[in-house]
Amino acid sequence: MAKVARDPSHGSLVGERMNTRVNDFVIKIANVNGTGSASANGLLMKAIFRMGIPVVGKNFFPSNIQGLPTWYEIRVSRDGYLARSGEVDIMVAMNAQTYARDLAEMSAGGYLLYDSTWPREAQLARSDITLIGIPLAKLVNEAFTNIRARILMKNICYVGALAALLALELGVLEALLKETFSDKPKLIADNLRAIELGYRYASQHFDCPLPFRLERMNATADCIMADGNTLAALGCVYAGATIGAWYPITPSTSLMDAFKDFCERYRRDPVSGKQHYCIVQAEDELAAIGMVLGAGWNGARAFTPTSGPGLSLMNEFLGFGYYAEIPAVIFDVQRVGPSTGMPTRTQQADLLLAAYASHGDTRHVLLFPANPAECFSMAVTAFDLAERLQTPVIVLSDLDIGMNDWMVQKLNWDDRQTPDRGKVYTSDELRDMQLFHRYTDRDGDGIAYRTLPGTYPTGAYFTRGSGHSARATYTEDATEYQEVLDRLRRKHDYAKKLVPEPTVRRKDGLTTGVISIGSCDAAVLEALDRLACEGIELNYLRVRSFPFSSEVDQFLEQHRQIFVVEQNRDAQLKSLLLLETSADRDQLTSILHYGGMPIDSSFIVRGIRVALAKGEAA
Amino acid sequence: MTFMQKPKVSHSKLPRNELGLSIRDYEGSMSTLCAGCGHDSVTAALIQAIWELSIEPHLIVKMSGIGCSSKTPAYFVEGAHGINAVHGRMPSIATGANAANRNLYYIGISGDGDSLSIGLGQFAHALRRNVNMLYLIENNGVYGLTKGQFSASADVGSKAKKGAVNNQPPIDPILLALTLGAGFVGRGFSGDKDQLVPLIKAGILHNGFALLDVLSPCVTFNDHEDSTKSYAHTRRFDRPAVRTDFVPRKTPIQTVCEGGEAIPVELHDGSTIVLRKVSKDYNPVNRDEAYRYVQEHQKGGEIVTGLLYINEDQQEFHALNDTVSGALRDLPYAELCPGSAILEEIQHLYR
Ligand SMILES: Cc1ncc(C[n+]2csc(CCOP(=O)(O)OP(=O)(O)O)c2C)c(N)n1
Ligand code: SF4
Ligand SMILES: [Mg+2]
Repeated sequence: MAKVARDPSHGSLVGERMNTRVNDFVIKIANVNGTGSASANGLLMKAIFRMGIPVVGKNFFPSNIQGLPTWYEIRVSRDGYLARSGEVDIMVAMNAQTYARDLAEMSAGGYLLYDSTWPREAQLARSDITLIGIPLAKLVNEAFTNIRARILMKNICYVGALAALLALELGVLEALLKETFSDKPKLIADNLRAIELGYRYASQHFDCPLPFRLERMNATADCIMADGNTLAALGCVYAGATIGAWYPITPSTSLMDAFKDFCERYRRDPVSGKQHYCIVQAEDELAAIGMVLGAGWNGARAFTPTSGPGLSLMNEFLGFGYYAEIPAVIFDVQRVGPSTGMPTRTQQADLLLAAYASHGDTRHVLLFPANPAECFSMAVTAFDLAERLQTPVIVLSDLDIGMNDWMVQKLNWDDRQTPDRGKVYTSDELRDMQLFHRYTDRDGDGIAYRTLPGTYPTGAYFTRGSGHSARATYTEDATEYQEVLDRLRRKHDYAKKLVPEPTVRRKDGLTTGVISIGSCDAAVLEALDRLACEGIELNYLRVRSFPFSSEVDQFLEQHRQIFVVEQNRDAQLKSLLLLETSADRDQLTSILHYGGMPIDSSFIVRGIRVALAKGEAA
Repeated sequence: MTFMQKPKVSHSKLPRNELGLSIRDYEGSMSTLCAGCGHDSVTAALIQAIWELSIEPHLIVKMSGIGCSSKTPAYFVEGAHGINAVHGRMPSIATGANAANRNLYYIGISGDGDSLSIGLGQFAHALRRNVNMLYLIENNGVYGLTKGQFSASADVGSKAKKGAVNNQPPIDPILLALTLGAGFVGRGFSGDKDQLVPLIKAGILHNGFALLDVLSPCVTFNDHEDSTKSYAHTRRFDRPAVRTDFVPRKTPIQTVCEGGEAIPVELHDGSTIVLRKVSKDYNPVNRDEAYRYVQEHQKGGEIVTGLLYINEDQQEFHALNDTVSGALRDLPYAELCPGSAILEEIQHLYR
């Protein structure tokens, strides 16, 4: 077989091809789900990370267990950009069903690797890309007899081929495999064999490495590679949460799985071996939130992970938690709606639901992590806020953050840190007290003191979702009812001082800016850099919580025109800003991405460019 | 003013329990239910039972859903924390509260609508999990608080006040609980305090989920002729299958057991209940036989009452979950947070 990279007849972009791109490209792997490709793709990404090169991997999977197309996209970025770029430079096309769309998606000058065991060149004709045929099935079928091994090793084999093509260090791959399968030597041998097969074939038949290639860097030393659900679970452990109630739902399930794993390791009584935690798989999300509220009311730190449909079910109880003033932590790992929507795709479309979940004048405290590291820190913050403010706190992450491996700064923990358990009277305090009234505003911050069941006889009170007075007695009296309701509003306003502040990137003198939220952050940061290169400079604020703190109002006042970048159809962040700040309708322009794939920087660059051009024309 | 405080008068001559408290110390605020409502009698029986058990008021946790029945936790043991949750969802609140602190006495009060209509799922699942609590349904066949619609426990042929006849089969909490595996299943009648008080006591002390279905007529919407949940109907068809005597800790039980066929069952705290068969062919320690007996008799329109099934050997919620014996909520933070060194170690896996 000809060495393609030397053969101009295989593509017209020889010049561009010769233009090497070191540590800056996107590899996309098209697989069939249920064929074990995830571990091969993870291996590839982790190996790049271990070479000290910034990298991020995104998994696009169907709501299905076996047989449907699935993709894994790896962005290698020496500059540390961690969002999708919107380009695909190298496609590993392992799924004949999706050849056409995989081919169409590629950027000019790219390379497509396919299994050439069967001749399929005709299906893959595109003049501006280069085909790399490797007979993967043939190679592994000759080397392995076991059917399952043949399927799995085909994936590992393309990793071997890519190692040769991209100059991925074999030693790194080998070390990773040995760590992963430390107790299964046979698997290590099989994997190494498959790597070797791909590597040797690619080296012998193609000019390796390709112009897209890897070179060792030192940019990941103080980073980790982890998904948001795992780190949120870790945050729950470090926050001292003891009770988790849940009902399985993609994409939140792995949060409780991870919590359970951590608890099994770190939450057993050293003497009795018994659990210092209790996880309840509830019958539905109504029960899950009920359990969390029951536990929170009784003084334990409790949480529930869920996604949109679960949050919808929790509404009545969330209003109860708000009105009866009970701490609770809810993780909403958002997915695509409405209804069941696309359960394995990402979106930020639960924002308005979460902000005002439940009937009546209800409003909640929300946190918006932008990456897995913030899932950790905000989990810890969420429990502190829930207990300090005695109210449900909803952490709105999403599938992209929750389930994809992101490269983030290593987590730190200060051992002097203690949780804020809020205003809870102890039995001693109660003993010295004339009368305890549950809902009076002693400190003027809207937060009343609570007591826990079983503490002291005079601490007892009756918690109810029906009208109650400041003394916690039942009421239908307008004045008594309003007294409590007005205090709740004061408390929510006071929360502005406690919630995480927005991140702001601002240069004096600029009057155009961007406001964004959550997982858009990485794409926005890259887009702003790219626009700055074109001479378009914008300031940037990322909201990290609701209610919005005063910095958000300030930013709005400082900018004439603001692009609000978010991942939903109805501009929910923009709506919330209009409702809850001094923002002006004409001041805000939406950039909306809601197809279910994580937003990419090119989309934002285009959106802002077009909007600015239109504005100038007007 | 929509809240009534009972006047506090000291009754120095009233009898005292082991803690030196009189029964008045176990009362709550004034009931706002209709005069004659069965639920008030259940409240009185609860007060009596808890007082007799000499439980410190603040060690009790009262929980309920929504309904006339669910209002009643405000009317007993004022010195206990109470929580009036949302309609049909008290079982999940109870589960979470119990998870946080296993060392309190949990009493859940619900209605037939609250537990068998809107809350059937949560009721069944709390039972399955064997949450350690007394779960008392004040069963009147209707939704009292929304003015008398049939609930899921209404019998076929029972007539509503305005004449509508129920034609859907009832969900019977006793048969359901037996099917779902409850370790304590009893039925009482608000009009029979002598029977009810020991049932409540046993239910509170049972180690696990204790279901008590208490027929508790709604005088306003379901106490007329042709109602099968009226006082008159219940009195007429009440068929006690067993008599339950409660024998406190440290009391010799031989004397109580004399005469008749008596089955003593020791409860978790060392108290004993002695079950006396009223009906010869009844066996309250055999689930299948209990089921068959109750079902057969109910077919004939009879209402079988008493402690119908008990098994003290079933593992309750915390045992099933292998949690520590102390309250999770009281674990010191130092024991819960793995600390910076472990965080460092964990993160090696993410490299
Ligand atoms: C979600 C919801 N739906 C409806 C209601 C209205 N509601 C209040 S009490 C009740 C029925 C209560 O019946 P039951 O539990 O039998 O109690 P009872 O009043 O008969 O003691 C209903 C339907 C409500 N509070 N919440
Ligand atoms: S309506 Fe019926 S259930 Fe409600 S308080 Fe009156 S009598 Fe009792
Ligand atoms: Mg009822």
